[in-house]
Amino acid sequence: MIRNELKREIVIEAPQDIVWSTVTEPEQIALWFSDAAEFDLRPDGTGSLTWTPGGRATAELEETMVIPVRVLEVDPPRYFAFRWTHPADEDPTPVNSLLVEFTLTPEGDATRLSVVESGFEEIERDAGNEAEGHDSGWKIHLERLREHVQQDLAAR
Amino acid sequence: MTRARGEEEALWSAVAEPSRRQLLDLLLVRGEATATTLAEDSPLTRQAVSKHLAVLDRAGLVESRREGREVRYSVRPDRLDAAVQSMAEVAASWDGRLQRIKHLAEARHGTS
Repeated sequence: MIRNELKREIVIEAPQDIVWSTVTEPEQIALWFSDAAEFDLRPDGTGSLTWTPGGRATAELEETMVIPVRVLEVDPPRYFAFRWTHPADEDPTPVNSLLVEFTLTPEGDATRLSVVESGFEEIERDAGNEAEGHDSGWKIHLERLREHVQQDLAAR
Repeated sequence: MTRARGEEEALWSAVAEPSRRQLLDLLLVRGEATATTLAEDSPLTRQAVSKHLAVLDRAGLVESRREGREVRYSVRPDRLDAAVQSMAEVAASWDGRLQRIKHLAEARHGTS
């Protein structure tokens, strides 16, 4: 019925090293994910993804949204994993963040890219805990939902 | 606005927990059940079942009615659909990102 992980994949007509740099380099990430990206591309590297009003992610952002990122594993040109959406002042854990894993597999001259996002089942809202930090993890989910509702409407 | 967001959060975190998904599955099969019968059909204690049912109830995913001394629970399909739809939308947003990666990488390959 409902799974606690999402897996999507795509075949890209480009060699693995080009797909790798597109997926992992912050300057490239700012072209397909957020409006700005800044982090050290190494295990434990920290940084953030930033969305700005009127930018790519959603047209309805009222203020700039900065989402923390922590790199977990970098195994070029095959595997890249990070955690995100944890409160900015906390270390990411399976409870306060989502795990994103990219896997690249060569297919002839092309590259198969898969992404798995997991950890939804771990996120719990403490009853009665409306702390600001706890809220921020959800902000991005809801922005993402809004983004897609808008895209669906635009597509009609 | 704030209220709508709170409801969305409650909905999502309610269905995202495996034990609660199992209870929803059981309720869908049975149509209606009490906490006691659900506990018999699952590895959970009756106390745990009651706790999860309370979360599902707060999220509006189940409704209950009292029959004599029993409280019988059933799924609210409209709310469950909304939760499933939310997850589908996150999947769609990754599809959009993968498409952009594809265009970027193929353009970079073409000009290299």
